[in-house]
Amino acid sequence: MDSGIDMNTTTQTEIEANTELAIGTSALNLWYGDFQALYDINLAIKQGVVTSMIGPSGCGKSTFLRSVNRINERLGYVIINGSIDVFGNNIYDPEVELVQVRKQVGMVFQRPNPLPTSIRENILFGHKLHNRDKKYSRDDEDEIVEESLQQVLLWDKVKDHLKRKATELSLEEQQKLCIARLLPVKPRILLMDEPCSALDPKGTAAVEELIWELRGKYSILIVTHNMAQARRASEECIFMLMGKVIEHTDTADMFVTPQHQETADYIEGRYG
Amino acid sequence: MNHASGQQTGNLPDINQRNADWYIDKIVQYLVFLSGISAIILIVGIFIFVTIEGFGFLLEDFSFREFFLSPWWEPTDDDEPTYGILALMAGTASVTGLAMLVAIPFSLGSAIYVAEFATGKTRETLKVLIELLAAIPSVVWGFIGLSIMNPLIIDLFDVPVGLNILNAGVILGLMAAPIMTSICEDALKAVPDRYREAAEALGGTRWQVIYKTVLPAAKNGLLGGVLLGVGRGFGETMAVLMATGHAINMPSSVFDSVRALTATIAAELGETAVGSPHYQALFTIGIFLFTITFIINLTADLIVRGIRKS
Repeated sequence: MDSGIDMNTTTQTEIEANTELAIGTSALNLWYGDFQALYDINLAIKQGVVTSMIGPSGCGKSTFLRSVNRINERLGYVIINGSIDVFGNNIYDPEVELVQVRKQVGMVFQRPNPLPTSIRENILFGHKLHNRDKKYSRDDEDEIVEESLQQVLLWDKVKDHLKRKATELSLEEQQKLCIARLLPVKPRILLMDEPCSALDPKGTAAVEELIWELRGKYSILIVTHNMAQARRASEECIFMLMGKVIEHTDTADMFVTPQHQETADYIEGRYG
Repeated sequence: MNHASGQQTGNLPDINQRNADWYIDKIVQYLVFLSGISAIILIVGIFIFVTIEGFGFLLEDFSFREFFLSPWWEPTDDDEPTYGILALMAGTASVTGLAMLVAIPFSLGSAIYVAEFATGKTRETLKVLIELLAAIPSVVWGFIGLSIMNPLIIDLFDVPVGLNILNAGVILGLMAAPIMTSICEDALKAVPDRYREAAEALGGTRWQVIYKTVLPAAKNGLLGGVLLGVGRGFGETMAVLMATGHAINMPSSVFDSVRALTATIAAELGETAVGSPHYQALFTIGIFLFTITFIINLTADLIVRGIRKS
């Protein structure tokens, strides 16, 4: 793993050149029943950049992440006001089709969750859902499978047993597969909810490396409770506390010269 | 010095002492063991009893060809009694088959609704109602077949008799549906939620998630549920006796009256002389039914257990 700080400086110019927002929120409030989990979130998350969200448990970082593809709504008792714009379109507009949102915004979960089918079927699952009217030959599908697995650096390991059950892979491989199966759907944003928390240090390093690989091609928003990981694997960093955004700057600045006392205290490990 | 050592020995408990708690513990262990194995002993006992009662027939009058391949069940014929159960098997099979055609869509549909769509109070209420439906005595279902379905079928299809395969199949299907729903719902609930979350996050609609992810993951449990329904259909007696018309007949349409294996035993056993060939033939039918339902239930159980393990 290369040093994150090094890469931050090299990508700095790219960030400034590219000002289109991947995710923009304004006055976003969210309640679970009576409990308010997010307060007035106003964020501008840039396109093509790896942005990490840090903060103590229960600060609302996962909640925020899960509202960007509206997967929170599965719970049924979530109330939201304000807006989240994904590439300029408010995804909470009543006209919006949920399936289209999820096509644009892929998600990787905390625990790897491959479907209990073969590796090949896992990769093609999303692709088949969204291309039901078009005919794809077996060769086309093979190509998609290979390309996706190549991108997550998993192809060489599994190319000879694509028919194996995905749930038999190691956790690290499962998590990579979960990232790979998003790619054929061609999302523009990848949400990652503590993607390494179920992995060992070696697996973590591998997945972080992969995140770096994918940066630029996708806008990546990654929630982590691991500050070292945020520092290594992200270009911008958002610090949240008690449902509010405290600070949002370049990762390099955040860890060297935090602007707020709360941020400084958290980074130094005084709480959390 | 003496004082200290005296205190130590005085406080040492007698490790050989057995108080009332010890005896109660032992007794309870034996009682529980006995009641635990009694179910097995009873089942084996019943099987042995049925076999012994039917054995005389198996040795003397039994002909494999006649028993399984002849449609003539005429045990009371004075000159030449025949014991063919082909028509009875056809009756049982056709009624069970139709019952499954009715029950599978109903139970799968309601299991999917209860497990995947219904929430909160609706779900709890439905579950209680389904359990209640499963507890309706079969004679009540038979009564519904006789007094409601019978005239309804005569009216609707303009046939002379409403007690037939259609009637019994529908009644039996409705009877089997609640238990099948219960088991299928358990199977769906056993599918980990992270599969649904994964499929939904990939952009699947509610139905796509169910159809492409949940149902395949639950397929063994669902199959087990259906097989238990089949077992129920084979073994059901009273409702079938009342709704089929109880006429020995090789059926050619759903409007034909038939007679089931179980109903034959129920109707005739009380009127035969104990130990007569007729009596023993009925027990042979019993052995046959017992074997079939045992195999079906065992298969269903193994399949359902299979998913629990994995």
